[in-house]
Amino acid sequence: MAPGTARAGGRRRARLQATAMAIVRFLVVVALTYLGLLAVTFFIGRVIPVDPVLAIVGDRAPTHVVERVREELGLNLPLYQQFLIYIGKALSGDFGTSVLTSNPVMADIRRVFPATLELATLGTLIGTVLGVPLGVLAAVRRGSFLDQIVRVIGLVGYSVPIFWLGLMALLVFYARLGWVEGPGRIDVVYEYTVTPLTGILLIDTAMQGEWEAFRNVFGHLILPASLLGYFSMAYISRMTRSFMLTELGQEYVVAARAKGLSEGKIIWRHALRNALVPLVTVIALSYATLLEGSVLTETVFSWPGLGLYITDSLQNADMNAVLGGTIVVGSVFIGLNLLSDLLYRVLDPRTRAR
Amino acid sequence: MKNDAQTWREWLTSERPASRRQARLGRAYAAWSRFVDNRLAMAGLFIILALLLVAIFADVIAPYSAVTDGDLRTARLLPPSAEHWFGTDDQGRDIFARLVHGSRITLFVVVLVAVIAAPVGLLIGTVSGYAGGWIDAVLMRITDIFLAFPRLVLALAFVAALGPGIVNAVIAIAITSWPPYARIARAETLTLRHADYINAVRLMGASPARIIARHITPLCVSSVIIRVTLDMAGIILTAAGLGFLGLGAQPPSPEWGAMIASGRRFVLDQWWVAAAPGVAIFIVSLGFNLLGDGLREALDPKAAGQ
Repeated sequence: MAPGTARAGGRRRARLQATAMAIVRFLVVVALTYLGLLAVTFFIGRVIPVDPVLAIVGDRAPTHVVERVREELGLNLPLYQQFLIYIGKALSGDFGTSVLTSNPVMADIRRVFPATLELATLGTLIGTVLGVPLGVLAAVRRGSFLDQIVRVIGLVGYSVPIFWLGLMALLVFYARLGWVEGPGRIDVVYEYTVTPLTGILLIDTAMQGEWEAFRNVFGHLILPASLLGYFSMAYISRMTRSFMLTELGQEYVVAARAKGLSEGKIIWRHALRNALVPLVTVIALSYATLLEGSVLTETVFSWPGLGLYITDSLQNADMNAVLGGTIVVGSVFIGLNLLSDLLYRVLDPRTRAR
Repeated sequence: MKNDAQTWREWLTSERPASRRQARLGRAYAAWSRFVDNRLAMAGLFIILALLLVAIFADVIAPYSAVTDGDLRTARLLPPSAEHWFGTDDQGRDIFARLVHGSRITLFVVVLVAVIAAPVGLLIGTVSGYAGGWIDAVLMRITDIFLAFPRLVLALAFVAALGPGIVNAVIAIAITSWPPYARIARAETLTLRHADYINAVRLMGASPARIIARHITPLCVSSVIIRVTLDMAGIILTAAGLGFLGLGAQPPSPEWGAMIASGRRFVLDQWWVAAAPGVAIFIVSLGFNLLGDGLREALDPKAAGQ
C-alpha cells in the first residue's frame, strides 16, 4: 500500500466507512437483543396468574382501594406505555423491591453478584488452563490414548447433571474424606473478621492479611470451582481439539514443516495462534454458561450468589427479584455473547474484509 | 440363502441405481453400515432402545408402585438389597420402581420438546431462507435474539410465571430451544434455493408455500434431526435441573431431577437415594449423545471429520 496517492486515501476512507457501518450495525444488534430480553421478561411479568394488585392489597380490599393501587402501579395505562415505563426503569437499574428481603432488588443483586463472579471466574480459569493444552495434545496425537480421554471427558461433561455431580462431590470430598470445606462461602467464625471491599472474598482476605480466613475461603471455593472447571474444560478441550485439527490441516503448516521448523514451534506458535481466534469465542461462551448455570450449582453448594438468590426468590414467588435476576444474568450472558462476536471480528482479519 | 444375501447387497451398493427406490435404499444402506461400524453409536442406540422398552413395559418391570408410600416404619430409607435393588426413599417407596416409571416422564419431555421445537425451527428457517429480503432479516434477527438468551434462566422465569409443572417445563424448554434448528434449516435452504430442480418446480407454477413444504423441508429434515438428537441430552439435563429446583414435575411424580432434590436431604447417610436417579439421567443423556454423534457421522460424513 502506498500512502499519499489518491487511490490509497479513497480506499482508506472506504474502509473507515465500512468499519463505522460495522460498529453501528453491532450497536443496533446489541440494542435489539437487550430490547428482546426486556420484552420477554415484561411478557413473563404480565402473564403471571397472580394479580400484582391483589398481592398487595389482599382479596378483601374494597374496590376503590384496588383501583387506587392499580393506578399507583401504572397498571391502568395502555400496554405499550407500561412497556416503555418498564424499559426506562430497567435501564436505570430499578427492578422494584424484593418481597423477601424488602430491599431494592438491584441492591440485593449488587450484594450477591461478586460471589457468583468469583466462582464462575475461577471455574473458567481452571477450564481454560487445563482444557486448551489437553485439546491441543488430543489433536496432535489424534486417536491416541490421550485423545480418547479427552473424548470421554467431553462426553461425561455433556451428559452428567451438574447439580448431581456437585452433590456427589460434596458427599465424597467433604463428608467422607474431609478434604474440603462444606457448603457456603466462608465459615461463620470468619464472617465478621473480613470487611467486604470487593466482595470477592479471596481478594478481600488476602488484602487484609487474614490468612486463616483466606485458607477457609479457599477450602469452600475449591470444590465448586473445580466442578465448574470440569464442565468448562470438557467444552473447551473438545472445541480446541476441533479447531487445532482444522489448523493442522492447513497449507501453512506444511510450509512450516518444509521450512524445517520444529514440531513444537509449529503447534504452539503457529497453529495454536490461529486457533486462538475462535477459542476466545468459546471461552467467553463457556464463561457465560457458567454464570447461567449458577442457579443449579449455587443451590447445591448453598453459595450465596445470584443463582441462589434467583432460586430462593422463586420458592417464595418473589417475582420482582426473579425477573430482576433474570435480566441481570441475561444482560451479562448477552453481553459476553456479543463481546465474543466482536472479538472474533477484531482478531480475525478475514472477517473484516467483507 | 447366502447367495441371495449377497445379491441383495450388490443391488443396494450398486454404483448405477436403476430406480429412485434403489438409490434411496442404497443411500440408507450406506449410512446404516457406517452407523453399525461405529461401536459407540450402537451403544447409544442400545441405551435409547432400552429406555423405550423400559418406558413401555414400566408396569411389568417395576416390582412396586412408584407413587404409593411404603410402610414408613419398616421400609423407609432402606439400603440396596435383593428385595429393593436400589433401596427405598424417605416415603418407603422402591427407588428402582420409581426410576423405571420416571423413564416415561423423561421420554415425554424429550419427545414433546422435539415435536414442538423442531417444526417451529424448520418453519422459521425454511421460510426465512427461501423468502430472503426483509422477511429473512426480521426472522433471523429474532432468532439471533433468542439464541443469545440464557436458556436455563429464561426457562426458569417462564416456569415461575406459568406455575411449576411438567407441561409448563416442556413449554419453557421448547420456547428456548428452537433457534438452532431455524439456523440450520435456513443454511440448508440457502444452498437449495437456486438449485435447478427448485427452479423447475417454480416454472411449473408451484407456489412458494408448496415449494417450501414439499421440496425444501424434506431435505432439511435430516440435519435438523441430527441436531435434535444431539440436543436431547441438553433437554434432559435442563428438565432435570428444573425438576431439581422444584419447578418441573411435582411430587409424588417420579421425575429423576425431583428425586435427586428429595434425596439431597439424606445424601450424607443414605447416599443411594440421590445417587441412583443421577446415574439414570447420566446414562440416558450419554445414550443420546452417542447416538447423535453416530448419526452425524453416518449421515453427514463431511461435517463429522472434525
